[in-house]
Amino acid sequence: MNAASALPTGDLSRGNAATDRAIRIAVKNLNFYYGSFHGLKNVNLNFYDRKVTALIGPSGCGKSTLLRCFNRIYSLYPEQRAEGEILLDGRNVLDSNVDLNELRSRIGMVFQKPTPFPMSIYDNVAFGLRLYEKLPKADLDVRVEESLRKSALWDEVKDKLKQAGTGLSGGQQQRLCIARTVAQKPEVILFDEPTSALDPISTGRIEELMEQLRDEFTIVIVTHNMQQAARISQYTAFMYLGELVEFGQTDKIFMNPNERKTQDYITGRFG
Amino acid sequence: MDATNPLVTTPSPLRASRVRPGRRVADRALRISCLVATVVGAVVLGSILLMLIVEGIRGLSPTLFTQPTPGPGSEGGGIANAILGSLVLTTIGIVVATPVGVMAGTYLAEYGRGSKLADIIRFLNDVLLSAPSILIGLFVYTLMVRPMGTYSGWAGGVALAIIAVPVIVRTTEDMLRLVPGTLREAGAALGAPPSKVITSVTWRAASSGIVTGIILALARIAGETAPLLFTALNNNSWFSPNLMGGVANLPVMIYQFALSPYPNWQGLAWAGALLITTTILALSIIARLVIKPQNAR
Repeated sequence: MNAASALPTGDLSRGNAATDRAIRIAVKNLNFYYGSFHGLKNVNLNFYDRKVTALIGPSGCGKSTLLRCFNRIYSLYPEQRAEGEILLDGRNVLDSNVDLNELRSRIGMVFQKPTPFPMSIYDNVAFGLRLYEKLPKADLDVRVEESLRKSALWDEVKDKLKQAGTGLSGGQQQRLCIARTVAQKPEVILFDEPTSALDPISTGRIEELMEQLRDEFTIVIVTHNMQQAARISQYTAFMYLGELVEFGQTDKIFMNPNERKTQDYITGRFG
Repeated sequence: MDATNPLVTTPSPLRASRVRPGRRVADRALRISCLVATVVGAVVLGSILLMLIVEGIRGLSPTLFTQPTPGPGSEGGGIANAILGSLVLTTIGIVVATPVGVMAGTYLAEYGRGSKLADIIRFLNDVLLSAPSILIGLFVYTLMVRPMGTYSGWAGGVALAIIAVPVIVRTTEDMLRLVPGTLREAGAALGAPPSKVITSVTWRAASSGIVTGIILALARIAGETAPLLFTALNNNSWFSPNLMGGVANLPVMIYQFALSPYPNWQGLAWAGALLITTTILALSIIARLVIKPQNAR
């Protein structure tokens, strides 16, 4: 149960050689509070550049909370606070002098329920672009198309870019939200149970998409679906009651975990 | 085939007899009393409407929309000045009230969440929402009519605005609260500052509800009489562009003409009442149509 022992310090003989793993986000002694409730307890964890890391664990274990620390989206709610360090390229994003809007343009987020804005498909994707880049119309068109292509939505919407984003199906809406995030060219994309509201076919498409996005972005995904974590991630962190129980390469966590608790959860014997 | 399908449940024959007879009597009693209450309400409403339509149509005349109110005891004439005056007064009211109401509602729903100040404002707004409109008339009378020394269209417009503001504040806040928090989070997660999220995401998401609130406020002030008695009062001549004097308007015209002994005036009052009711009905229908597409989604 010691969180520090879960740090991938030595045993990484399987999979990629250790040399091609650059740390993109380093979490150090992170504690999180919802008012007086201690939601995350001294979490230490590294996230690797252009890899998919899955956060798994039972409901209420703190995996979404951890995700919401990276872009400090929790700060919309005054009673929530985080202590410790989250280093993004060596800089602590929890510092009070960090420009939140700039931080969030570098760390994108896709939510559980699709959240298309009440505007056209085009404007949805252009929304984030218009915030920080003053692009001429032609360049904007290119970026919108590029983002929709990257999120595998272009062919379905190219003839109806002016139509409302809210008129798309659930799976399409979720890909639209991914396009909107990708358009800003963030370094990290956070996925908070992105497929739990979708049918299996849409889920499959989103998973394929993540596989492609991994070439460009560092991805962190919270999921309740163990198969999904096994399919798409290279690293998995198992959390329980606000603590990090075990972190390692996904193969290792799923085939041969160190902790009994991880084993029980993965095999469904939990509870 | 159904019998072999385990997913189809056939009603148990035991089920009916298990229900105690008392329950069925209670059910029937409640159902009948609800029905009676509905019928009573509908009959009262229906008879008011029927009388209004019959008498109102009798009061209609070709000159209704073209001529100003006639003098006492004279024949003919119309209510054109009152119609025009009402249009102007309600326009002033809604133009003044909309920005104030929408902004205040936005403060309550977006910026003031959980703050003490917002709680106080919300409470005061609810008090204002149910304040007797005659008090608001008196308030504006003291505030504007007395110092200015004359009844005026401006005072009437302001009085109507004060009545419309709490309605708009309330609906704006309620509609913004219906916008899912995840939409705000999604806006913030793209790096949009709160002002941008409010103006291009939450306002848009709630736009049909906010517009509905404004239309309902419009319907509310279109029929207000008491606040205008103390402010805009009346004017029997044609509307002049000068809002510094009394301005004719439908509610006060109805009030004065209906109480008069002259059959011609009484007929005009009925026609005016029919006109106001139809307008408010139309506004309410428009408000429903506006809000519909959002609910259907």
